[in-house]
Amino acid sequence: MDGNSAIAEAAIRAGLRCYFGYPITPQNELTEYMALHLGRRKGCTFLQAESEVAAINMVYGASLVGARAMTSSSSPGISLKQEGISYLAACELPAVIVNMQRGGPGLGSISAAQSDYFQATRGGGHGDYRTIVLGPCSVQELADMTMRAFDLADKYKIPVMILGDGVLGQMKEPVDFKREAPDVTPTREGALMGARGRASRVVKTFTSNPSELEEINWSLFRRYQLIKKNETTWDTFMTDDARLVVVTYGIAARIAKGAIKNLRAEGLKVGLYRPVTLWPFPDEPLRELSKNVKQFLVFEMNMGQMIEDVQLALAGQGEVSFYGRPGGVIPTPDEVGRVMSRLYYQKGLRS
Amino acid sequence: MKLIYSRPKSLKKAAFHYCPGCGHSVAHRVVCEVIDEMELQDKTIGIPPPGCSVFAYNYFDVDMAESAHGRGAAVATGIKRACPQIIVFTYQGDGDLAGIGTAETIHAANRGENITTIFINNAVYGMTGGQMAPTTLCGMKTTTTPYGRDHVIEGYPLRMSEMLAPLDGVAYIERVAISSPAGIRRMKKAVAKAFQTQIDNRGFSMVEILSPCPTNWKMTPAQSWKWVGEEMTQVFPLGVYKDVMEPKHAD
Ligand SMILES: Cc1ncc(C[n+]2csc(CCOP(=O)(O)OP(=O)(O)O)c2C)c(N)n1
Ligand code: SF4
Repeated sequence: MDGNSAIAEAAIRAGLRCYFGYPITPQNELTEYMALHLGRRKGCTFLQAESEVAAINMVYGASLVGARAMTSSSSPGISLKQEGISYLAACELPAVIVNMQRGGPGLGSISAAQSDYFQATRGGGHGDYRTIVLGPCSVQELADMTMRAFDLADKYKIPVMILGDGVLGQMKEPVDFKREAPDVTPTREGALMGARGRASRVVKTFTSNPSELEEINWSLFRRYQLIKKNETTWDTFMTDDARLVVVTYGIAARIAKGAIKNLRAEGLKVGLYRPVTLWPFPDEPLRELSKNVKQFLVFEMNMGQMIEDVQLALAGQGEVSFYGRPGGVIPTPDEVGRVMSRLYYQKGLRS
Repeated sequence: MKLIYSRPKSLKKAAFHYCPGCGHSVAHRVVCEVIDEMELQDKTIGIPPPGCSVFAYNYFDVDMAESAHGRGAAVATGIKRACPQIIVFTYQGDGDLAGIGTAETIHAANRGENITTIFINNAVYGMTGGQMAPTTLCGMKTTTTPYGRDHVIEGYPLRMSEMLAPLDGVAYIERVAISSPAGIRRMKKAVAKAFQTQIDNRGFSMVEILSPCPTNWKMTPAQSWKWVGEEMTQVFPLGVYKDVMEPKHAD
């Protein structure tokens, strides 16, 4: 199954009630899968909105009344959704947003890229907020993380972004869905429903009292601390004896893994550190790793974004190099392998 | 003794922050009266906009949620699609609905979203200090048209009711005016009809309310009400623009 369809099927099995989308390559298979399968389910809605702005605000509406709601897009469309994501974050509303990144800036290209890392992990819209950002690297992970995304969103009342890319969306791999779709989609407790048998409720942030808003920000950040503590996830590959560790995520991690296997066969002690949650960024395990590893290579399909988180995490422990290809260029394992082995020899790690 | 006037149940006991003579207070009260009379208080969600009415949730005693500027129709779409049994209304200014939110409004109307829109047309951006709105009359002075709106530069006042009415998804649209007690009575009938349209699952319903903004028009309340009736209605004629419930007469 292709990655985009796998996300859609996983979302339906996670109890998705409403999907709102707008066509953009390379994620159209997701929208089309929803059109085919979600709209016909009892009580569920598939709607092609008039714009990404409308779509994310429809998600906001559906989330207000406690439905599991989702939208998907690719880079230019995600820019348009930032307003709505900021409102979702502010009003503590769960939602799942998929970004199948493509090359930018501007209209850019429709080829896979990772250039929206900053936008995704720093909030993206206006205001002091975060969203949980998941960085899958296989079709199976797309499916698993979609289900996890809905659970996290509900648990922490926060928008969750799945940060994929054009290759992940289009590539086909076997996938095992770990849940069956529920007969009745869930409704979140505490949602707006009309004030039957209770006092009326207001969902809002706007206030003429800055200290009230300050408290809202504090309460959001206390929750973010909790998320950091409980939900930070990462993956390692052959790091035990590694002298050079590549730090990379998503499809780039897949490419790097191929390179690492090849270099290992040549006797080079190289390994992989892969953040799975991009926010919260897994900084402590990376620091831990730097006790034994002094040479890191950050590899991204952009001009260098996650490298800032790596540098912050390492705080001067170990040396950090960078290799990146922006604009939708997809590097090959051989290319990345050459970069790694050059660095390996230059830094005298062979001896 | 017979009680003929009291605070509607769905209007909270809070003092309005609106300027004296402002149409928002009147519109709030009328919508609350309708919600009471139609017994909708416990099944309604209201979506106020950024604008002078941003604090509408301090007054309406129904579930309410803030929305991004202009996105009310999209938010209401999400609510209604997720929970069709809920009665949803948006409350929007003219900057909100006819400026930044034109796309959301037109498409929700065209899809025949089963929602109700209360559209307050006061010909200016009230909250931000009286700038030109898409509905500002030609020649009218605002802070961003200090020499008067010139159609050569700024275009013409946008008539939303006329624009939306021909769309197939629209079930009911009426334009009313807060300029006299008769106008307010008419408004109440229109609001009730709009909610009934939604209850009957007929599609998109909207009441456009020509509404005084004495502060930004730099008028007394009395002058501003008169101006609504005498000037605004020239550009924005009152009446029912669409009513699919009304049997068509053969002519
Ligand atoms: C995206 C965005 N742009 C601008 C604003 C600032 N803003 C707040 S209310 C408003 C317009 C209010 O005018 P109107 O909708 O006519 O309502 P009124 O205040 O007159 O009732 C504007 C521009 C905003 N809140 N959000
Ligand atoms: S500025 Fe105008 S619209 Fe706003 S509260 Fe005052 S009178 Fe009403």
